[in-house]
Amino acid sequence: MSDTPAATDTAFVDFRKVWLAYNEDLHAKGIFAVEDINLQVQQGEFIAIVGPSGCGKSTFMKLTTGLKRPSKGQIFVDGKPVDGPLKISGMAFQAPSLLPWRTTLDNVLLPLEIVEPHRSQFKAKRKEYEARASALLASVGLGGMEQKFPWQLSGGMQQRASICRALIHEPKMLLLDEPFGALDAFTREELWCTLRDLQAAQKFNVILVTHDLRESVFLADTVYVMSKGPGRFVVKRHIDLPRPRDLEITYTPEFTDIVHELRGHIGAMRKTGASAAISQ
Amino acid sequence: MNRKQQEAWAPWVLMAATIIIWQIICSAFNVSEFIFPSPMRILEQTIEHSSTIAGHAWRTFWVTMVGFAIAIVVGVLLGFLIGSSRLAYAAMYPLMTAFNALPKAAFVPILVVWFGIGVGPAVLTAFLISFFPIMVNIATGLATLEPELEDVLRVLGAKRWDVLTKVGLPRSMPYFYGSLKVAITLAFVGTTVSEMTASDRGIGYLLISAGSSMQMGLAFSGLLVVGIMAMLMYELFSYVEKHTTAWAHRGSQGE
Repeated sequence: MSDTPAATDTAFVDFRKVWLAYNEDLHAKGIFAVEDINLQVQQGEFIAIVGPSGCGKSTFMKLTTGLKRPSKGQIFVDGKPVDGPLKISGMAFQAPSLLPWRTTLDNVLLPLEIVEPHRSQFKAKRKEYEARASALLASVGLGGMEQKFPWQLSGGMQQRASICRALIHEPKMLLLDEPFGALDAFTREELWCTLRDLQAAQKFNVILVTHDLRESVFLADTVYVMSKGPGRFVVKRHIDLPRPRDLEITYTPEFTDIVHELRGHIGAMRKTGASAAISQ
Repeated sequence: MNRKQQEAWAPWVLMAATIIIWQIICSAFNVSEFIFPSPMRILEQTIEHSSTIAGHAWRTFWVTMVGFAIAIVVGVLLGFLIGSSRLAYAAMYPLMTAFNALPKAAFVPILVVWFGIGVGPAVLTAFLISFFPIMVNIATGLATLEPELEDVLRVLGAKRWDVLTKVGLPRSMPYFYGSLKVAITLAFVGTTVSEMTASDRGIGYLLISAGSSMQMGLAFSGLLVVGIMAMLMYELFSYVEKHTTAWAHRGSQGE
């Protein structure tokens, strides 16, 4: 990967030679989950990270949000070094993990009961927050579902609600860990469009971890390919398809060429990975 | 009659059938009432001694409730402690399991030495026998937290306490109510067992004194009354469980 050092000054997310070992033992043995990560993401940029399972994609998310500290190197977000959980981030995962005893509205409101400054104003401003949550739910096609319980919603609807929960405190950065992995193909494409529209409207940064190459190319400005054992970024691919992108674009030759190219990188990596494993 | 109605009637039909067969056997073989009284004879004795039985039953009931109340408080607190701290879990769980394996009736003589004959040993036996399931269930509920959800909340600056109160405790409520149903029946066992050796009142005492004076009908009445009380309390907590944690009974969580 070749990045111009000058870009680091203005980057919103800035990884500088980041290494992470899960514990002291592994660190001493020189076994790292992710190695030498250098990454500069601009304000409002949508990046996707693809790679084989177990390559440290989720670890990368924990590093970005400050849930894990790097063993070596430095991480800056919004110009400040990351030294603890980063409240300007929202997270959503493959499992919607909504709380079954709360209505959809109350599930979406949960972060506001925890994060400051909303936490201390929650009782006083409840009406305002409820209106905000309703508007957010309506924007992802869940208008009128506020009083439904999660078990009354379909899988796709639950995942929409889960994304609303990640966005309710208006984070500057949205981190998604294979958020559409458990959905059927049609629902998944619908949610791509939902996410595309949300990001276009609110301009937050997105870091999307996925193993679906079409998803990454359709949604992201930049796709990073990660290798496995150790986790490294091996390819950075800028996606210069024009925005707004429509689902139709996924059937154009330009789109499929990029998908093929990325597929080639991953295929090559799997081969060398396999031979490396045999030679060990 | 549809399947639901059949299920609702099934326990009553089975009970009636059992009583009828019991009565038939006793009458047909002319079984002595000092060996095995017939249902009719038990009913007669129950009515004849109803005021005595009611007095003993009331005593057993409130003693059990006091022991059970202590069990809820202690069980919830200990469950919260070992469910929220790995260290506390590691330290206490083996000891608690060993304690649970001891027969609680064996404590009664010791409790008599400490507290004398009467309410003390009965309350404490009811407590000792019934706090364990409550503790285990609270701890289990707290410990089964999805790591993803924990990340979602931790990144927002949630403290351990926030996660416990917003997610852990509500999640453990179905386990808690489930455990109350089991614990209340155990508490009745504890009280009755204790009263049999260390009390001059209560159903346990009634059983022993009826047995020693060969009033088998009365002894069976005592058993009947304890059984009914335990069953009613079980149904009560079952009702509370269904109406407070309905979300847990929809079978749609996480599948």
